[in-house]
Amino acid sequence: MKMHRFEEIWLIFAVIIIIGSMVVTGYQTFALGMGPPSHKETIDPQKVDQTAPFDNPGVFENGENEYDVVMTLEAFNFNPGDIEVPVGSTVTFIMTSKDVVHGMQIVDTNVNAMILPGHIQTISQTFNEPGEYLVLCNEYCGVGHQLMSTTITVK
Amino acid sequence: METALHQTFTEKKSKRIEKYLGTNPKDAKLTLSYFTVSFIALLVGGFLGLLQGLERAGLLTMPAWFDYYQTLTTHGILLILVFTGTFLVGYVYAGLSHTLGGLIPKVRKMGWIAFTLMVIGTALAASQVIIGEASVLYTFYPPMAASPWFYIGLVLVVLGIWTAAFGAFINVANWRKNHRGQHLPLLAFFGTGIFVLLFTATLGVTYEVLTLIPWAFGWTDTVNVLLSRTLFWSFGHTLVNVWYFTAVSAWYVAFPKIIGGRQFSDTLARVVAVLIVILNVPGGFHHQIIDPGFTEGLKYMHVFMSLSIGFPSLMTAFAMFAMMERAGRRKGAKGLLGWFKKLPWKDARFLALFLAMATFIPAGAGGIAQTNFQLNQVVHNTLFITGHFHLTVGVSVALSFFGIAYWLVPHLSKRVMTPKINKLAIWQIIIWMVGMFFMSGAMHTVGLFGAPRRTAFSTYFDSATAASWNPYLMLLAVGGTLLIISVVMVVYIVFHLMLKAPKGETEFPIAEEEEDASPTPKWTERWSLWVVLMIAVISMGYVIPIVDLIMNAPPGSPPFKTW
Repeated sequence: MKMHRFEEIWLIFAVIIIIGSMVVTGYQTFALGMGPPSHKETIDPQKVDQTAPFDNPGVFENGENEYDVVMTLEAFNFNPGDIEVPVGSTVTFIMTSKDVVHGMQIVDTNVNAMILPGHIQTISQTFNEPGEYLVLCNEYCGVGHQLMSTTITVK
Repeated sequence: METALHQTFTEKKSKRIEKYLGTNPKDAKLTLSYFTVSFIALLVGGFLGLLQGLERAGLLTMPAWFDYYQTLTTHGILLILVFTGTFLVGYVYAGLSHTLGGLIPKVRKMGWIAFTLMVIGTALAASQVIIGEASVLYTFYPPMAASPWFYIGLVLVVLGIWTAAFGAFINVANWRKNHRGQHLPLLAFFGTGIFVLLFTATLGVTYEVLTLIPWAFGWTDTVNVLLSRTLFWSFGHTLVNVWYFTAVSAWYVAFPKIIGGRQFSDTLARVVAVLIVILNVPGGFHHQIIDPGFTEGLKYMHVFMSLSIGFPSLMTAFAMFAMMERAGRRKGAKGLLGWFKKLPWKDARFLALFLAMATFIPAGAGGIAQTNFQLNQVVHNTLFITGHFHLTVGVSVALSFFGIAYWLVPHLSKRVMTPKINKLAIWQIIIWMVGMFFMSGAMHTVGLFGAPRRTAFSTYFDSATAASWNPYLMLLAVGGTLLIISVVMVVYIVFHLMLKAPKGETEFPIAEEEEDASPTPKWTERWSLWVVLMIAVISMGYVIPIVDLIMNAPPGSPPFKTW
């Protein structure tokens, strides 16, 4: 198969796009710790209320400006809701679902994670800007899906 | 010597094509039946899409007996499964009939069985959505449980697809037996690839659905949620790539003929087809980049597997523009971009296919971007994604299908497209593009601001953030309104061409190779090797996660009906 010179250049360009993507994504993930939420722990989805830590959902101070939020999701609410944290705090969300598949997204941040029954998902975020952040479910979960939301107030 | 031989081969080929010009009437009837279902699905699905757009903008509220999520489920099934699926079978069967000298009677019968299965399956699944027993969307993620009859309907659709696929394989094998040493005509080659990929794509989801049926009946207690989701996505994304693959076949086979050019390279076209088949299935995993239960390393490998699908598309981009330039220069175009003016801008078939290709440039670039981890996390499950696939499926695929219909329907119905209808078709295409520009543009933008997809209108308890999305959602509704106008136009044109247009002969455009083209190497025909390589790539992508999902599975989930 003979190839035109321009075609060769174009294909080299195609390879550079793909390799370039891999290098940047790989560096950010494995060197800078910016990988996507990928927690591997599992849980019995029918016994969430009896299993630690989800038997006691809430906001827990873990150190200076460090918080853990143990959160359960079910149709159609987040528990706990209306969370408040001080400016500059790093919050780790530890979440699972008590029924169907949900999504947890904090608008205006990069927090975005799938929450599946039977699996525990974690994601962290440092809140440097004060304000009220909208938290919403972004995976269709039933007739009230559009009402499944809460807020995080940073002050 | 080689060139001389090749020339006789090309001549023979074009003679053979002429001989069968005018697909056999029995095969024409089969394809037109598929197209009838396809364009009715487009009309109904498009109308439901309009309702969604208006509801999302807060302009109307769907009644409780047919709410937003029922609308959304039906819209998804009708447009991403039925419109596209029936069009694909009708088009590929017409292509096989045309290039292989008619369907063999057994295969034609299989075509009708497939048609019946797909229609019954769709009707059964849709009936469950309409009575409110299956508001589970096109993805039907468990543990949301629809009525078992919904899943049984899906199984029938899949059985229809398998029947159509094996019919195509039988026809191709029969031709190859009778034409030893010859290359399979390019359109039939693409058809083979399309059905190999479609059949393989449905295997995982069929297993998933077969576990969901007894669970929905209550015969089993629980289901493995993440395994189901993973199997679904091995199908869900591959499916849209099969529609894209179908569009690409027309770009390579028909498009050069329409612009008065020649094929860029027969070998390159076949290599692209083979790569699309081999690389595609694991690509679906990028839908799970922010799922729990998989390590970052595994997801990283899948980013590569998803990006690799971009490679054949980039090859196609080069081939298409190079071919257009050559055709223009042959017509006397001068300068760097003179060829651009020589393109047949007033031909609806050309305009539809050209805009389909041109749109794949931003659509494909968006796809490459959102496959990467961090960018994926920003846009996952936002309207950005909906905007993305309304460019890929809604423009690149849909416009290609319209362009194909504009010659294939009159070809099959032995009619011609009059200049007046051609003009109407041009306006239809332009309105479609403008509508998509508003709708998809608004979706992309507001998605970056965080507006979620698949969500009915909501102020989120008077959130100021959500209120800031409203102007974009209004633009989305404007786009949707333009699109339904275009849908009505294309459906009118297709049925006009089928039933009312003046009688005559319409060409089935099949491009020829350049006279000095180097002969296509024999190895391109080794489908057994391509299938083995495809299985190897699928194993690379899926053996580790699936074994892990089964061995380390959490207790399963019981069914939920949350609507």
